[in-house]
Amino acid sequence: MAAPETSARGAGPALLFPSSSSSSSSARVEAVVVFTICDSFVRRPDQAERVIGTLLGSVLPDGTVHVRNAYVVPHSESADQVALDIEYHHNMYASHQKVNPKEVLVGWFSTGFGVSGGSTLIHEFYSREVQSPIHLTVDTGFTMGEASIKAYVSSNLSLGDRHLAAQFQEIPLDLKMLDAEKVGFEMLKSTMVEKLPNDLEGMESSMQKLYALIDEIYKYVDDVVEARVAPDNKIGRFIADTVSSMPKLSPASFDRLFNDKIQDNLALVYLSSITRTQIAVAEKLNTAAQVL
Amino acid sequence: MANPAPAAGGKSFLQAMSTVTEEAAVPLRVVQMEGLAVLKIIKHCEEFAPALVTGQLLGLDVGSVLEVTNCFPFPIREDDEEADADGANYQLEMMRCLREVNVDNNTVGWYQSCLLGSFQTVELIETFMNYQENIRRCVCIVYDPSRSSQGVLALKALKLTDSFMDLYRNNGLTGEKLREKKLSWVDIFEEIPIKVSNSALVSAFMKELEPESPVSQCDFDRLKLSTAPFMERNLEFMIGCMDGLSSEQNKFQYYYRNLGRQQSQQQAWLQKRRQENMSRKAAGEEPLPEEDPSNPIFKPLPEPSRLEGYLVTNQISSYCNHINGVAGQSFNRLYLMKALQED
Repeated sequence: MAAPETSARGAGPALLFPSSSSSSSSARVEAVVVFTICDSFVRRPDQAERVIGTLLGSVLPDGTVHVRNAYVVPHSESADQVALDIEYHHNMYASHQKVNPKEVLVGWFSTGFGVSGGSTLIHEFYSREVQSPIHLTVDTGFTMGEASIKAYVSSNLSLGDRHLAAQFQEIPLDLKMLDAEKVGFEMLKSTMVEKLPNDLEGMESSMQKLYALIDEIYKYVDDVVEARVAPDNKIGRFIADTVSSMPKLSPASFDRLFNDKIQDNLALVYLSSITRTQIAVAEKLNTAAQVL
Repeated sequence: MANPAPAAGGKSFLQAMSTVTEEAAVPLRVVQMEGLAVLKIIKHCEEFAPALVTGQLLGLDVGSVLEVTNCFPFPIREDDEEADADGANYQLEMMRCLREVNVDNNTVGWYQSCLLGSFQTVELIETFMNYQENIRRCVCIVYDPSRSSQGVLALKALKLTDSFMDLYRNNGLTGEKLREKKLSWVDIFEEIPIKVSNSALVSAFMKELEPESPVSQCDFDRLKLSTAPFMERNLEFMIGCMDGLSSEQNKFQYYYRNLGRQQSQQQAWLQKRRQENMSRKAAGEEPLPEEDPSNPIFKPLPEPSRLEGYLVTNQISSYCNHINGVAGQSFNRLYLMKALQED
């Protein structure tokens, strides 16, 4: 799991000990962060190879770092040195703090695959700003042919008083992106969506999905019954649980419930149409009154 | 346009210029938002709900399309002078910072959150007029966090109609002018369709990171059977608005009653004056003028503005739409449940 990568400062001998393992155990990233990073990469300056920036968020009680926001920080990079616009970073951080004081500095991001040489210097800078920052790398170049987003923490390796190297240790990253679920992934996946779905269209698509799922289960159950597919007890139990989770009502009481609900809704629709009529009448009366 | 071929010939510079300005007059048809901006708006609005928040939209104005490529939130405002100056500084600072990293730093409008679609306020109109003075084409994005629990992405792009802005600017919101222009409450706001676009890079990432899942949170939200709390609040708000509307109506009735009384007083006065004049004439004296501006009954009564009433009407209508929409969804769900029960 942990793939330690030594920095450019010197390949570590065998005498390396991570100084602390109490730092953050895992990280969670929201979609808006990925979007920000991608957008800033698309908008990077001409000669720049990569973009780097600050991650904001909070540390959850269980030690998970929840990354909720990010902004890019201009930097320049040459063969062996990295210059970060620290003033810019501070300005932007102050601005973000004004809006949401709960989002604090938790680390930094960089595009590119894995940790590169200059990273130690930047990481050192961020370590001065916050205790044990995380480092997020987003492979915008798809170097390995896949979208890889990785999070690291760093620990100092030293021998006696001598600082030898910094070790970047990968930590598990949760990419569930709960905020994006609200928007619907269809909208975020394609490059162009012509129209936002309204109430009923959304409902329709949800229902279609539900139908498709029910059909799939039917098919699976039929297949198992006819011995085309090897039965899996786990799936079977799950289906049984799902079916039994539906409350069993007598037809009479169900009908009553159903009709009550329908009546309620009809009453609401009626009320809203009567309101509309009322508005229309009021408008007409107002205009009539003006003619007087 | 940038490089007119000489072969196109006859077209003079002046003509070319006039086509440019003509192009500028193309009405705004679509608001094209980047996924990033959508996410940022949602994040900001949800985090602070139920408090209402605002922020600035950045982007480009391309023909009939307004592209919203980024945005930044405003801090919650406190009502004193210092905070105001602070807010202005924050805005400038943010714009400067974003420009440095090549974000479009062109203001194209603002966004705000609202509660159950109650965004039609005088403040919104005033803010819009302010923005409109500085930028030719601007838009207001309204997001409703309370509706996201219904599985609906309640994002709306609004602008004021030109005819309304004209009247508002010239204080022409009186009954007569409105009638002349045939402007009714539906003609205040104009909703502009929203498109969502994403860069190819983002789209690739999302496809890769999010495996095609059969259901998402928003499907669950949509299929939830309970709508009562939402409906109740909607109705509550609507009743409040109805009260508002009737008080507005009362204001008008009061005005018309006063107007009627004044007119009859004027008539009575006029008759009296005429009789007096007749008798003066008979006596061979100069007649008195038939108008007396110093008399309080000739002072014109101020007509109350129609704006409040119109806005309230707009709100009521949007509540009606919500109720209809949600009721429609409930019907679907109920029949779905019936079908499941019968299975």
